[in-house]
Amino acid sequence: MAITSSWRAYSDSKAMRASAIKRGTPRGIGERLIEFSLTGCGLLSVLTTLGILSVLVIETIPFFRQVSLAEFLGDSQWTPLFAEKHFGIWPLLVGTLMTMLVAICVALPLGLFAAIYLSEFAKPRTRQIVKPALEVLAGIPTIVYGYFALVVVTPMLQKIVPGLAGFNALSPGIVMGIMIVPMISSISEDALHAVPNGLREGAYALGAGRNATIFRVVLPAARGGISVAVLLAIARAIGETMIVAIAAGQQPRLTFDPRVPVETMTAYIVQVSMGDTPHGTLGYQSIFAVGAALFVVTFVINALGHRMARHAVSS
Amino acid sequence: MRHATRNRRRERFWESFFRKICLAAVALPLLILAGLLLNVLLDAAQRIDWSFISSYPSRKPALAGILPALVGSFYLVSLTAAIALPLGIGAAIYLQEYRGRSRIASLIEVNIANLAGVPSVIYGLLGLGLFVRTVGMGRSLIAGACTLALLVMPIVIMTAREALRTVPNTLREAAFALGATRWQAIRRVVMPQALPSILTGAILAISRAIGETAPLIVVGALTFVTFLPDGIDAPFTALPIQIFNWVSRPQKAFLYNAAAGIVVLLATMLVLNAIAVYFRHRLQRRWS
Repeated sequence: MAITSSWRAYSDSKAMRASAIKRGTPRGIGERLIEFSLTGCGLLSVLTTLGILSVLVIETIPFFRQVSLAEFLGDSQWTPLFAEKHFGIWPLLVGTLMTMLVAICVALPLGLFAAIYLSEFAKPRTRQIVKPALEVLAGIPTIVYGYFALVVVTPMLQKIVPGLAGFNALSPGIVMGIMIVPMISSISEDALHAVPNGLREGAYALGAGRNATIFRVVLPAARGGISVAVLLAIARAIGETMIVAIAAGQQPRLTFDPRVPVETMTAYIVQVSMGDTPHGTLGYQSIFAVGAALFVVTFVINALGHRMARHAVSS
Repeated sequence: MRHATRNRRRERFWESFFRKICLAAVALPLLILAGLLLNVLLDAAQRIDWSFISSYPSRKPALAGILPALVGSFYLVSLTAAIALPLGIGAAIYLQEYRGRSRIASLIEVNIANLAGVPSVIYGLLGLGLFVRTVGMGRSLIAGACTLALLVMPIVIMTAREALRTVPNTLREAAFALGATRWQAIRRVVMPQALPSILTGAILAISRAIGETAPLIVVGALTFVTFLPDGIDAPFTALPIQIFNWVSRPQKAFLYNAAAGIVVLLATMLVLNAIAVYFRHRLQRRWS
């Protein structure tokens, strides 16, 4: 660390700049040019964010000229592609929320217990093998999970859950939960790992058993990091698209029954994009309005997560 | 005394019980993953053969193939890499080598962390609004590639930066001591050292791009293509899009096609990741 900071001090100092090739010479111009274009590369990411914001805003404004915000947030139906149009975001929002909740109910216990196993029980060698194996789950394309949810999980669940429709919120939710297990487990494991061993030894010294130490000392000490993991996982589940587009159905309805077809915000965007909705129509603009809502929700949750992560580190 | 022993025994029982639960939490997702792969393989066995890879899509499931999707994915991913890698690695060099702690750098850093959390379907909307409409690329290969490039850029930047960070500062200082300019030090000393790790990150980004579906649907990839793309401004389809199309059909036979497509997709990713592991291995050997 000390080496790094002295390097920084040196490399940013005037002495360093002066010792480099003088400005105005061909080589100096070349150096400036390279630095200039690399800066451009760096700024491209800022431009991407600005691009996302401006595209969403530009296409959403004409949408809200025709549809009032009161209808968007007040109506309980979402039927922009029907003759009788309703533009209430709630059915999409509730569909998104429900699949996300199912996914978190699956991913949180699995991910947290897996993290406890890796951090508190597993031998270093086991850990070295199991960790990358779990990461594979997050690397598989979501279209594959969608296929799995529709073709394998839904028929299996239909034997257990009475009245489960061919498209439902339950099956894609469960599969999505499996997909985000490594996300929760790896961030939680880092948090558990960061708990100082002195705390564990203190608990043992007071006569606590292993379970009591984990539940009463280690988990509470790591709760900041675990909450970050859950927040980021929630944002991921809300933004997940293909699994729900394939297996949850495309029927926006305001229901909390996980057995019937629903539609999420992301699946709606896919549904409209698959059809031939002409540019400039209200249907076309509606995907940007839904996208804007999706962006706001995921951005707020992610920002909260990153903020908590900084606090968890500093405290 | 006996009471204490009983308590201790009970505690032992709960300890091993809890340990087993935690082990199950690790094993269950892995077993499900294995079940998923096995199931896809069995379903794919119904359809996968050479004609599946070399045929065009068809309304008859037994004749339908993935040639245009495969070629489309290849062009798409090559273009994406050609755009995202230089720009992403450039950004990483800027952040790590030029502006370690400046205000702009920390702004860019926060921004990249936020971009990494933006749902991929939103990048699709960006591509549709910016590249397809505003720039006027239409629903073309290049529009899809630009969209995917922006999508994977945060991954490229973060992994490349990590790679540059592992290069010891003594190497840079030695280069400066020999009179190298900053760029010469980066180009001749730092980059060669960091290259294997950067390539590993690049391959990660590429395999992410291969599997992406949602942004391409929004940008306007076609689902029934009976020709190969003949330029970067041609309409296109891609492997995941073709799979999605088959999954959405009610006939069982098309599901076998989807499974066969998934096997081709996963096999491609497996090969890429094997290459990444090889690079990482070579890197470790060099340092030890």
